[in-house]
Amino acid sequence: MTEVENLSIAIVGSGGAGALTSGNLLLEAATAAGWYGLLTRTVGPQIRGGEAAALIRLASRPVECLADRFDLLIGIDWLNANRFGAEIEVGPHSLVISDPRGGDLPDFVKNSGARVVEIPMKEMAKSILEGRPNMIALGIVAKLVGLNQEVFTALIEKRLAEKGQVASQGSRLALQAGVAAAAAVQFDRRLAPAVAGKKRWLVSGNETTGFGAIRGGVRFAAAYPITPASEILEWLAPRLAKVGGVLLQAEDELASINMIIGASFGGTPALTATSGPGLSLMIEALGLATAAEIPIVVVDVMRGGPSTGIPTKSEQADLNIAIYGFHGDAPHLVLAPQSVGDCLFTTQWATYLAEALQAPAIVLSDQFLGQTVAAIERPADVAFIGERIRHTGSEAPYQRYALAANGISPMAIPGMRGAQYTAEGLTHSERGTPTSGAAEHRLQLDKRRDKLEQFTFGDHWATLEGTGDVAVVTWGSLTGAAREAIELAGRDGIAVRLVAPRLLLPVQNARFTAALDGVKRLLVVEQSHSGQFYRYLRAHYDLPGETRVLHRPGPFPIRPSEIHQAIAEWRS
Amino acid sequence: MSKTPGAPTVSTLADLFGAAYQIEIDAVERYAMLADQMEIHNNPEMVDVFRDLARAEGIHAEEIRRQAGAIDVVAQARRIGKWTKGESPEEVDLAAAHYMMTPWHALQMALAGEKRAVAFFTHIAETAKDQKVVQMAAEFVEEETEHVNLVHRLLRKYPAPPESWRQDLDPPISQE
Amino acid sequence: MEELIVTPDTQLACKPSDYRSDLKPVWCPGCGDYHVLMAFTRAFAQLAVPAEQIAVISGIGCSSRIPAYTNCYGFHGVHGRSLALASGLKVTRPDLTVVVASGDGDGYSIGGNHFLHACRRNIDMTYVVMDNRVYGMTKGQPSPTTEPDFDTAISPGGTGLSPFHPLVNALASGANFIARCFAGEPNETAAILVEAIRHPGFSFVEILSPCVTYRPDQKQWKDLVHPAPVAATNDPAKAARRIMTDDGFNIGILYRGERRPYQPKFQPQSLDPSVLEQEFEI
Repeated sequence: MTEVENLSIAIVGSGGAGALTSGNLLLEAATAAGWYGLLTRTVGPQIRGGEAAALIRLASRPVECLADRFDLLIGIDWLNANRFGAEIEVGPHSLVISDPRGGDLPDFVKNSGARVVEIPMKEMAKSILEGRPNMIALGIVAKLVGLNQEVFTALIEKRLAEKGQVASQGSRLALQAGVAAAAAVQFDRRLAPAVAGKKRWLVSGNETTGFGAIRGGVRFAAAYPITPASEILEWLAPRLAKVGGVLLQAEDELASINMIIGASFGGTPALTATSGPGLSLMIEALGLATAAEIPIVVVDVMRGGPSTGIPTKSEQADLNIAIYGFHGDAPHLVLAPQSVGDCLFTTQWATYLAEALQAPAIVLSDQFLGQTVAAIERPADVAFIGERIRHTGSEAPYQRYALAANGISPMAIPGMRGAQYTAEGLTHSERGTPTSGAAEHRLQLDKRRDKLEQFTFGDHWATLEGTGDVAVVTWGSLTGAAREAIELAGRDGIAVRLVAPRLLLPVQNARFTAALDGVKRLLVVEQSHSGQFYRYLRAHYDLPGETRVLHRPGPFPIRPSEIHQAIAEWRS
Repeated sequence: MSKTPGAPTVSTLADLFGAAYQIEIDAVERYAMLADQMEIHNNPEMVDVFRDLARAEGIHAEEIRRQAGAIDVVAQARRIGKWTKGESPEEVDLAAAHYMMTPWHALQMALAGEKRAVAFFTHIAETAKDQKVVQMAAEFVEEETEHVNLVHRLLRKYPAPPESWRQDLDPPISQE
Repeated sequence: MEELIVTPDTQLACKPSDYRSDLKPVWCPGCGDYHVLMAFTRAFAQLAVPAEQIAVISGIGCSSRIPAYTNCYGFHGVHGRSLALASGLKVTRPDLTVVVASGDGDGYSIGGNHFLHACRRNIDMTYVVMDNRVYGMTKGQPSPTTEPDFDTAISPGGTGLSPFHPLVNALASGANFIARCFAGEPNETAAILVEAIRHPGFSFVEILSPCVTYRPDQKQWKDLVHPAPVAATNDPAKAARRIMTDDGFNIGILYRGERRPYQPKFQPQSLDPSVLEQEFEI
């Protein structure tokens, strides 16, 4: 029996088998028992009844990405499971539990050299009243992984309470049967115990995004659903109401972006969330918010593109549109969270910055962060609460877009007497009156650029870790994978720095250069087909030494081993 | 315009003076609006014409104030307020304005306004029950008739423009 | 009859000029929108709402220039989205009087979708569309309300399309107050605007506002408009029949509905994090 730092389990099933439910329960139980871990899922295109796989990684300390290979694969059935071949890597070290009546073993299992043990989950379930095969499967996993049954009992009660006594009883019995059936199966790995004592959350990136917004002061959201961002809006709807705010469902993204601008004009910090196609629709109004200097936050949970793309998969290819997509010169804020927990901080900080700078902030999350459920250490409280500078009424006449040393003009809120003004998308004077004059155009362009460039963003602009003359530069959800790769490289004796900007716009030139001081080899890692991040770096920063780029589009996240390999190969 | 006149009811002398004063200050405001429009549209000759007309109406307003004696015409005008249907007689037709209009056009507008004022006061003079109101209204009819004649005299100085008066060789500009 | 109203809190008499800014409009002399501006300021004065409590929200087009010509708070937004701006504002600032200004292009073409949903949502605001049956700001292209045989450069010989019926669509989508006005009657229009603003829910006022530059034929409108032959109804079916069969020049309030306005509770509070954190705790 070997003690391991982490264990990866995949549960596959289709046609309503409930593979994802089992996966969720497994993660919940394991984290209740003290472990860390995360869960992602991969699915077929059907709305219901499709093939699905829950991909779980359990660990003794926080993890931010999936591992390269799976230790355990349970197939409740194998219908259409070949589609998961690229994502579920099994090999001679893996154990596969298969139902003899679950269809043919998929090729990726047959050819892998994995050990296959058959357990008749369907048949076993049939013999239990309201017994379900996915609960049998869960019991098997629980036994193999070393999870106590009692942890599950309470969980099942909670989760299935609304389905009735018989259903939850049936599930418990099925679980027991699975545990019993697994007693005879050999599995040589045990998870090392987790370090106890830290307060932990079980949460998805979309949920922490919503919470970060509320913490930052957002009290109005407008919503148009889109995969994979809808959960942010669904999470916010009742919770905003709880804090006296409101969420309004809009007829389309053009409405939702304009609604939040209207609410912010009236004095309320406001947010919407969308994905790539929605962000494209919102671009015009983002320009309006920039020109009229109205704070708003737009979360883009990036998915495979272009166009309708791959809605259920992650990619990092909306960087271009977020940074360069506005017509005209329209400096604004672009931020990118780096983990499920960081979605909270980054959204909260984005709200604070948008309000302070009276500018729109785009938060580039992605499907991986948004829809991964992870056990994380409770994020520290931070004191960033969005509050724009308000006009106090002392100087008259009021100039909404008055030039200021720091470029930020006090904002009058409707209702304040003597400060009436019209917010304006046309190029305008300090008062806000439309103009086509060269001097005024230049002054306002300078002002909107300078207010961002002069601002002190502090250390949150990037994650900087490690030393060495090799650096991995990455962003967003790949930060976790890069960190693991760097750890692996460290064990090989290679010292590697990690540079992951959280603030992508405005560009932090001097600080980036300082962060890369002494670096001779730069490995850029990103999830896009055209190398959008690499081109962004080339466009805005001086890159030292040699640069290599490890990039590919979605749908599968770049794994730590790939990054590690790229680092190791680059030794001459 | 609507077929139903919405003029305020005039029964007392206070009503009458209020209405008369309101008519004049409405006219001042209307001509001032038109002067501003001409200024923005670069027709300086017309700016002067409309400012002159506004000034003239202002003088009429002052005259009415004097004629009113003890009656506070400002307060009475406020009470009378804006006409509820249509506009007051000397609020000349904004729709008839044109950025290339000539003094002749403005005078035609003014003429129509003054004639409407004559008609308004004539109606009161013919139908009021209070003799004082009848008398005063008749005086206003005389004064407005004088204005009509004045406009006619001015029109002799400003001939009707040729057909090409509105010809602008430049095309309209798309602005947004 | 309109009176000058002295409000207890302002202690000021409200005159229409209180609601005018010092900016001189760039509209062509002869444009109907000058009358609409007068109607706005006269209506605001009659309502005696302080200028700082009114927000005039607009999109893009000649009519959308109106906010800066008033002395109220204003928003000159992007093309077609004024109703969305106004909805976000009103829901979070129910204390404000929100008036939305648009034109037939901004409101019925690019803004069409938002129009339908704003009627349906029935948030308390007043939507004023200055309809001149043409795209004035961009040199005279047909709009959704342009007659099918109106010849333009972009549609030679006319579009051949039936015009959009804004009042019918407003009624079908749930607008709570529907009126048609004529710009050439600013006082009548002001009176209707007062009622529209006072009426709860989504009030829709279409104002026929002639375009002197691209539609000189609209000079005839003053002879074509006439007061609606019957009083406003609160029966949508009756209103539908009347509106669908009218000649497009019926002036007056045509429908007064009784739907409750949509106004969710909005009383933002600071957050004690534990209120929302508990659900995440393991």
